[in-house]
Amino acid sequence: MFNTCIRKFYYGDIPEDNAGGTQSNKPAAKNEWPLWEIFIRSKQGLDHKHVGSLHAADAAMAIENARDVYTRRQEGISIWVVESKYITASNPEEAGELYEPAVDKIYRHPTFYQLPDEVNHM
Amino acid sequence: MNALIDYILHLADTTLILSQRNSEWCGHGPILEQDIAITNISLDLLGQSRNFYQYAAQLLNNSTEGNKTPSPGGEGVGAEVTEDSLAYLRKEREYKNLLLVEQPNGDWGQTILRQYLFSQYQYLLFEQLQHCSDEQLAAIAAKSIKETRYHVRWSSEWVLRLGDGTGESHARMLKAIDELWRYTGEMFMPASYENSLNIDPASLKKAWEEKINALFTEASLPVPEKVFMQSGGKTGTHTEHLGFILTELQYMQRAYPNCEW
Repeated sequence: MFNTCIRKFYYGDIPEDNAGGTQSNKPAAKNEWPLWEIFIRSKQGLDHKHVGSLHAADAAMAIENARDVYTRRQEGISIWVVESKYITASNPEEAGELYEPAVDKIYRHPTFYQLPDEVNHM
Repeated sequence: MNALIDYILHLADTTLILSQRNSEWCGHGPILEQDIAITNISLDLLGQSRNFYQYAAQLLNNSTEGNKTPSPGGEGVGAEVTEDSLAYLRKEREYKNLLLVEQPNGDWGQTILRQYLFSQYQYLLFEQLQHCSDEQLAAIAAKSIKETRYHVRWSSEWVLRLGDGTGESHARMLKAIDELWRYTGEMFMPASYENSLNIDPASLKKAWEEKINALFTEASLPVPEKVFMQSGGKTGTHTEHLGFILTELQYMQRAYPNCEW
């Protein structure tokens, strides 16, 4: 069993030492396998959705672990795995400058515009 | 008819005992994800054993000599046989599982190797059984073989990783082979009930050996030669381990007969 304490990562919150662009100087803990992000497609025609993450020694094992952890209640028909370190995430602290400027630009929503009655089915 | 029932019980007992063994890992796996994986396999095997027990119970209840059949658990003449009574109330000598599956878990490598040696055999067996003339057996085999195919895939990847891994993992796999190899011969030795049914497990041996040789070579593990093979499980003569497994498995029904929850 791992003796290391469990760290919980929330959605979109990739820990810095795993985040892209960061070459970690710390050697991985002796027993620790890398973290993988898991994407599952639930039905034909739908897209893959991020469902969580898990540890595995390599991609093949990540697929099998994902199969056992995330699809045992028939949740999916296709699995993608990506090692977490290859995902670059935006910094939650920069949320203000990144997302708030869009708040008052309501004209970017199609609902802002009144369409003439002649235009159907928009 | 008795030969068929014995054979089904052999299949049921083998999957139940391996399921019970694997379930001992629940909560103790080397890592959370693998804990779930081995427990999943345990549940697959339990499901298979339930199908076999239900079929055996049905045949026992329908058989004209049902009343003469020693009632599992000795609940008296005519007591209805169920999947539960077959699993929980038969004694060690009545169990017909392979010796291989009752062997202790050992370390992770030993558990993996036991699973691989068995699943590879079970896969070949189900491949044949799904085309057998007994419709019910064929249906159970056809349903189960998909699970077994995954068990083979999962366990063979682990054999590869550990055999061809570090010095430590390689040494542990050598030890596991040494512990388990002597129980593999029994899979291919027909019991009297298999002979009566014209089932020839020896016919699977060549294909099994080819699979094992290929994987072991890739995993840089030696295939043992000239090992004396233990047998007896199929006819109720077990190693010392089965009694302990049944003691735990059957405790509730023995201590509180007919208890339900």
